[in-house]
Amino acid sequence: MIGVILIGFAAGMLAGLLGIGGGALFVPALALIVGLSQVDAQATSLLAIVPVALVGAWRQHRYGNLRLGDGIRIGVFAIPAALVGVVIVNAIPQRITEFLFAALLVYIAWTLARGALQELRGGDGRTLQHDDDDDTTRPA
Amino acid sequence: MPRSRLLQLGAVGVAAGFFSGLFGVGGGVVVVPLLILWFGYGEREAAGTSLVAILVAAVFAVTLQAIYGNVHVDDGLLIGIPAVGGVLAGTALQQRLSGAIIRLLFSVLLVVTAVLLVVRA
Repeated sequence: MIGVILIGFAAGMLAGLLGIGGGALFVPALALIVGLSQVDAQATSLLAIVPVALVGAWRQHRYGNLRLGDGIRIGVFAIPAALVGVVIVNAIPQRITEFLFAALLVYIAWTLARGALQELRGGDGRTLQHDDDDDTTRPA
Repeated sequence: MPRSRLLQLGAVGVAAGFFSGLFGVGGGVVVVPLLILWFGYGEREAAGTSLVAILVAAVFAVTLQAIYGNVHVDDGLLIGIPAVGGVLAGTALQQRLSGAIIRLLFSVLLVVTAVLLVVRA
């Protein structure tokens, strides 16, 4: 039970830091520690995500970091697409698509990290936006 | 809002929903980098706005799952209440980090997600 509470707190930290829901930690904790089935763990994880996302979004709003309208539009479009994904996952060989998606994630990670590393070295790592939120890494 | 921007936001939502339905990864893994790289969002804005999108989709999905009787409310609260404490700490900490550090942390998250996708049975 202490383990579940600690993992819950860690998942919330990640949600606040990175803007993810926390399900990546909720689901394995609920399945492996609490002992729920995979389906029930995923369903119950969604319940935990709701207050986390609500409170996280509210805090970011208070910090001035929220574009509410954009977020709502993205979420609304995601719903039918998720249903399509669930249907397709039951109809195609899973392993190939998993490898392809993993490769895509690594490529995106590299793209994000490359700009960030340039910025930390003192250059402007951004090509698509103004450096508007960071006054600590200007070149001397 | 111009029609083209609405279509772009719709594409982000479709990609996030589709991949989360397909692979079980959270939508944030898709939404945050797209908002940064495609829309030029700052890292903090991308994270905050992603949480709104997740909230909308999760409310819908958990309602559906509850109708099917798959939601364990007590276990959800057991892990969700400490997570609310975590998100308060995480958002506060995030305001003190530079955008580049947040992006690097997110890159690590993406690589870990990719590895887990490949190694899981």
